[in-house]
Amino acid sequence: MAALEPIRLILGDDEFLAERAAADYVRAVRASLPEGEPAPAVNRISGNDLNTGAFAELTSPTLFGGAVVGVIESGQDVDKDLAAAVLAYAEQPAPGIYLAVCHNGGNKGKGLSEGLKKLDVEVVRVPKIKRQPDRVAFVRGELRDAGASPRSASAEIADTIIQAVGSDLRELASACAQLVADTDGKITQESVAKYYSGRAEVSGFTVADATIAGDTAEALGALRWAVQVGVDPVPIADALAMAVRNLSRVAAERGGAAQLAGQLGMAPWQVEKARKQARNWTADALAEAMRVCARLNGEVKGGADDRGWALEHAILQITRLSAAGKGSRV
Amino acid sequence: MTAPGVFDELVGQDEARRILAEAARGTGMTHAWLFTGPPGSGRSTAAVAFAAALQCPEGGCGACHTCRTVLGGTHPDVTRVIPEGLSLGVDQVRGLILEAGRVPNAGRWQVLIMEDADRLTEAAANALLKAVEEPPARTVFLLCAPSTNPAEISVTIRSRCRVMGLRQPPAGAIADLLVTRDGLDRREAELYAAAAQGHVGRARRLATDPQARAKRHDVLQIPRRLTGLGACFTAAVELIEAAEAEAAGTYTDQSAAEKEALETALGKGGTGKGASKAARGSASALKELEKRQKTRDTRAQRDSLDRALVDLAAFYRDALAAGFGARVNPIHPDMAETTRAAAARLSAESLLRRIDAILECRKAIEANVRPRIAVEAMMTRLWQS
Repeated sequence: MAALEPIRLILGDDEFLAERAAADYVRAVRASLPEGEPAPAVNRISGNDLNTGAFAELTSPTLFGGAVVGVIESGQDVDKDLAAAVLAYAEQPAPGIYLAVCHNGGNKGKGLSEGLKKLDVEVVRVPKIKRQPDRVAFVRGELRDAGASPRSASAEIADTIIQAVGSDLRELASACAQLVADTDGKITQESVAKYYSGRAEVSGFTVADATIAGDTAEALGALRWAVQVGVDPVPIADALAMAVRNLSRVAAERGGAAQLAGQLGMAPWQVEKARKQARNWTADALAEAMRVCARLNGEVKGGADDRGWALEHAILQITRLSAAGKGSRV
Repeated sequence: MTAPGVFDELVGQDEARRILAEAARGTGMTHAWLFTGPPGSGRSTAAVAFAAALQCPEGGCGACHTCRTVLGGTHPDVTRVIPEGLSLGVDQVRGLILEAGRVPNAGRWQVLIMEDADRLTEAAANALLKAVEEPPARTVFLLCAPSTNPAEISVTIRSRCRVMGLRQPPAGAIADLLVTRDGLDRREAELYAAAAQGHVGRARRLATDPQARAKRHDVLQIPRRLTGLGACFTAAVELIEAAEAEAAGTYTDQSAAEKEALETALGKGGTGKGASKAARGSASALKELEKRQKTRDTRAQRDSLDRALVDLAAFYRDALAAGFGARVNPIHPDMAETTRAAAARLSAESLLRRIDAILECRKAIEANVRPRIAVEAMMTRLWQS
């Protein structure tokens, strides 16, 4: 094993991942020590509370010997003079003392992070996870680390877990650990459904998509979930209107998706999606649906006594208007 | 008896001019007046002119220092409130009442002019009511509202005011004004006077601002362009974007200047010890300003959109009149051919349905429906009816 670097910069704005990276570092320090040495002493301090005395304490050996690990959390809050002290220390780290500096990567306190990078310290990046594929990869990694069977750590299962738990990494990580512990590592779609029923994140767009597709049951179900998890009726109504508008504008035009996207100010994937959905619709029905949306917009903004009812009523009307809705009339 | 000079601006309101001039001389004077009349009839013009007549020792000569300062908005004893946002809140009104309660500095009266008193919130109206009910001895309240409808001005305020109703000025009088003051030729003046539907300010705007003319022209082309569903949405987008552009043009410069002034006042760009600490607390003040500017922009957008909708409704009204062969003056005389064509093609019933759609859209926007959605729904009805 290569010798452990005495300074590590943990750069990125995801708090959970940063915390984890710091814990990894502590573990790595422990692992690098020879057998029989006492466990390293770990001191954590937030960048806000750091002062000259505290920093000296952080980087001093203990009386009893053994390694010392210092973790500076939210290093962006370290003030200027102290950042210079940290950098001066980083140039000549003391033996047996390990230091991890977390920094959110923003402009604030940039001197510290840039200075450390210039000194060529080890950098671990922990950016926020924003894209769905990255999130799936994260969950699969979590499952594998927790000891799930390779089949259990599939993309489909990961997807189901994200749908049920939401996108918060901390919750996802603990859910993964819990699931593996509960099922001895053999997770199936059913076992996920057993422990996590429902959907954590339903937006107005989910409701709108189902409505436009003419799927009454799905649309009403999604609406109930959305209201349950606290989505306000106004964005749901707006999403419905936007779906009908996109559909109408795309249905009336011909031409390539990319060209049309530029012309209508929509993203190409929106055009493609609307094209597919538009097959069930006639121009008259779309015009009528738009009027329903306009009425609904007034109703959710105080025009109706019960906003939930107004939404359901509008969804029923729109699904009936779509040709696909005719088959499954309630 | 002819009305004195300050009332010259008041077009086509002979009766009101007479009453106000007499009141300024002391006959029928009271402490609170409510000016009502359709938009553009000159409610605020009447209120300002009346304020000048009250302050002027000659009863409103229009030439002396007092008259000029009142008309110019710099007289110390005349406070003029023009609500720029969507409503006039209670905090603002309380401040105004304090100001209005002072003894006049130089003039004969302390005058508070409140334009668009219909935008008073309920709490603000109640606060104002207290002051109107028991006014200080030398204070006059001049309120302006579209009508005495309880939805627009609370009945309790109305009952404590002398109501001065203004009528819609006849198109002929507006045309005269455009000819004599802005030097337009007779034919053009008559066209804009008719198109403005009795709104003096709008007529002058059409006469002097080529952009306003272009926008009116675009709006009147809409009925011909609604050939399919796609066209409906395109027309709606254009209408909304035009309104946004017009609103942005109205206030962008002013907003930027206000922001800069506030930032300077709060010490932005200062250097040295303590400068950054001083700047820290200023974020909320800036946010407050931005919020106010945003409601002002929203209102400007809605106003602009509303004008377009009124023009559009008038187009169908002209078509309806042409279809019946009614002997009424058209609102858009320059579109006579198009309206006749529309009348030949569309039944009276379907024209009425279209006018209904437009009026409903205006109502919906007032009820806070997202303007874009309301206009889109309206366009689909204009296309299908």
